[in-house]
This record gives sequence, structure tokens and C-alpha cells, in this order.
Amino acid sequence: MSRRDRKEEEVRRMLETRHPAVPADLAARATEHGTRLLRRHRAVRRAAWLLLVAAAIAFAIWAAAAEPWVTPPTDTTPPLEGW
Amino acid sequence: MSERQTAQRRRRAREFDAFVAGAAGRLLHAATLLTAEPPGANPHAQQLLTSALAHTYAEWDRLRGEDPYDRTRQELAARFARSAWRYHRVRGGLLARLTPQERLILVLRLYEGVAEEQTAALMGLPVDRVRAICTRAIATMRSTPPTPPRAPAGAVT
Repeated sequence: MSRRDRKEEEVRRMLETRHPAVPADLAARATEHGTRLLRRHRAVRRAAWLLLVAAAIAFAIWAAAAEPWVTPPTDTTPPLEGW
Repeated sequence: MSERQTAQRRRRAREFDAFVAGAAGRLLHAATLLTAEPPGANPHAQQLLTSALAHTYAEWDRLRGEDPYDRTRQELAARFARSAWRYHRVRGGLLARLTPQERLILVLRLYEGVAEEQTAALMGLPVDRVRAICTRAIATMRSTPPTPPRAPAGAVT
């Protein structure tokens, strides 16, 4: 195991080279891009809510008009028997 | 309402700027290792990191105590894994000899110190597979000289 650790340590040291220079506008670019993402998320969420509310209203109106819980009156007369 | 939103945005921007100032150097180095670009010319790494940071910014108010650095690193790794086919071409970075998958595992395990189990979960691989790939990558790195492109005396800092 220590052999493996030593090898890992060796490669770890290889990876610790000079860090690349960070561009000065990196945070600004990320913020701008992130703001766009945030705005898009918000728009999608709002559209989803709107759709949900519209569907609920449409369902309520349809239910009030059609009253699907009322059993329809029987169309056929029961058969006449025993006379 | 609008005033509260402005205040929240300003606070978020301030916290995010402070986070980027502290973390960008290390994250950009990791990204540059992943894309196998030389440190002086790393447009792909910068692009990758900017996208990951933008994602962190958008999630900032919903982090709820989660470490933004972990979040960004996770996003960076996921983005790199998704677009790994783009990074097969050798650009002359330190890890250019490795495949994108080997680079990702090596950077997460050795440079970032992420645990084997977490790396495996992040990549959707079994743990022993991650261990095997890591061992292979280490062997490849040790078998070839450390700085092949240009090796002037004392170039290693």
C-alpha cells in the first residue's frame, strides 16, 4: 500500500505545476452567463405555473358545465313484466 | 419587493465575486489539466470553467450551506464528461498522454483529493473500475518523462 501511496504522491507532485493565469473578467463573464440562466429558469417556472393554473381553471369550468358526477337519467324504460 | 430583489442580487454578486477570487485559480488549473491544454493557451478550460461557474451563480441562493467549490467542481466534471469526445485531440498539456476519462479520474482523485467512492458516483462507474483506471493513469504518467514538450533547465516551479 505504501508503494502505491508513493506512486500517487509522485504523480500528485507532477500535477502541481504553475497555475495558469486567471483572466480578469472571468467572474464578470460567469455572472453575466449565470444571470441569463437565472432569468431563463424563472421564465420557464413562470410558464409552467401559468400552464398549471390555466389547466385548473379550464378543468373547473368544464366540470361546472358538464357536472360529470351527476348520474345521467336512464334512457331505457325497465322491461315490463308480469301482466 | 423590487428593492429586496436588488439587495439580494447585490449580496449574491458580492459573495460570488469573493468565491471566484478565492477558487478560480485552483479550478482553472484543474480545468486546464482536464482539457490537456498548455497553461498559457487554455481557451477550452476557460470556457468550461465559465459555464460551471455560471451554473453555480444561478444556484447560489439555493445552495443551503452546500460548499460552492464542491458544487462547481462537480459541475465542471460533469460538463467535461459530457463533452469528453471533444478533448481527445492532443493539445500539448501535461496530461495529453491520457484519455479524457483517465484525466478526469486522475484530476479528481489526486489533484482534488476526491474520495474513490465519490469519484465513482460522479462518473457512474463501479469503484474498482475507478481504481483500475487510476492505477493505469498513474503508470502511464510515471512511465514517460514528466515534461515532454519543452524542458529547459529548472522549468518546473
